[in-house]
Amino acid sequence: MARYRYFKDSFVKAMSVTPLKLFSTILFRDIFLGMRSQSELVNPLVFFIMVITMFPLAIGPEQAALMQISAAIVWVAAVLASSLTIDGIFRSDYEDGSLEQMILSPHFGYLLVGAKILAHWILSGVPLVIMVLLAGPLLYLPEHALKTLFFTLILGTPILSLIGAIAGALTMGVRSSGMLQALLILPLIMPLLIFSVSAVNNAMKGLSVDGELYFLGAILVLALTLAPIAVYSALKIRLGE
Amino acid sequence: MWKWITKFASPMHFYLLVNRLTPWLGWGAAILFVAGVYGALFYAPADYQQGESFRIIYVHVPSAWMSMFIYMVMAAAGGAGLIWKTKVSDAIARSSAPLGASFTFLALATGSLWGKPMWGTWWVWDARLTSELILLFLYLGYIALQSAIDDKRTAARAGAILALVGVVNIPIIHYSVEWWNTLHQGPTITKLDTPSIHIDMLIPLLIMALAFNLYYAAMVLIRARHEIIEQEKNSKWVQDLIIDKVAV
Repeated sequence: MARYRYFKDSFVKAMSVTPLKLFSTILFRDIFLGMRSQSELVNPLVFFIMVITMFPLAIGPEQAALMQISAAIVWVAAVLASSLTIDGIFRSDYEDGSLEQMILSPHFGYLLVGAKILAHWILSGVPLVIMVLLAGPLLYLPEHALKTLFFTLILGTPILSLIGAIAGALTMGVRSSGMLQALLILPLIMPLLIFSVSAVNNAMKGLSVDGELYFLGAILVLALTLAPIAVYSALKIRLGE
Repeated sequence: MWKWITKFASPMHFYLLVNRLTPWLGWGAAILFVAGVYGALFYAPADYQQGESFRIIYVHVPSAWMSMFIYMVMAAAGGAGLIWKTKVSDAIARSSAPLGASFTFLALATGSLWGKPMWGTWWVWDARLTSELILLFLYLGYIALQSAIDDKRTAARAGAILALVGVVNIPIIHYSVEWWNTLHQGPTITKLDTPSIHIDMLIPLLIMALAFNLYYAAMVLIRARHEIIEQEKNSKWVQDLIIDKVAV
């Protein structure tokens, strides 16, 4: 009887956690865990800078040529770097079983998923945005275009995390999952690339960039509403429901 | 009516239905294909601008239609499999993917063959070609996911999620690519004016489209039947079937 009461009490206690508390607990847990494995934080950024460095070496150091394609290079490098970080969202939690416990818990699953995606964006998206601002001058990107690039990245990197999380959830624990994740993500984010790069190119020509930024915002809202549903169902399927 | 349909969600009834249906679909596809090819090569007049080389549209346009149609079938069947957890719809979704990828590739290849004499180059970053290429990438991602997950049912349902995400994305991809194209290059290419097609050219095209549809239906059912038999090999009805076949 005491045993039963213990289980009942702990169940009630678990149920009494407010959604906000749940969200922040998962968020801070993931951020702390991510901060501890520093190489996983730094490696994608180093990769990003290396990809950017390869272009001047391949094309030549002429300022005019580099300036024309600088937005394209930065965005392609950012997409590649961020698709390499996707494996980290669910892998360790899947391998030690804590993900299964989270999904089995009586709480609202979309919140769990949302907290994990937000943590991923803070750990991988935000450093990437800062890195891009440092890398822009390397490719002679003019200052007013750099501002537009910053806004496209602020709107675009959360989309990368959201769509990446779908691919990450679908491919958890699969052989050579990194390659597979890139194959699944890249076709889905091509619109993002088109709008972002054309926004920066318009800014360089002194044209208005509102249209592209609105499109990016719309895609972000769509991804925010639909991606957590897809991620949660994918997690349930991959964990065998 | 609903009861009649749900009956075929059971693997055994599906198997029996497919056995009866495929000869009709297959022969129908073959006859229509012969008629369509004859119509395309002899009945339809040569185009006044493009001459004889326009005739490749009789393969190109139906395969482009099929490439989009099959993706929709794949997503719908996958969604049905997620909701009702029916093995048959999972099998149809899985078997559709290679067929859809083949039709997409065929559309790209024939488009490229047509582009060489018309545009003077094998490939142009035209909006429609680019969307078709991205569609091929979506199919290849689906196929890669299927082969990566060992458990077939999990693979089918994970694929269903991917296909549904793709369906949400396809309009966005399509319009963004169209927008990108108009921004980056002017309309330097005069495209084939599809709506104002002559009736003598249209009839073989529709026959070919129907032939392609029937071919797809026959192939997807045969492939799905193989999957069903493989998955159900330990159930009683499959074993009865094998014993029957051996006895007869």
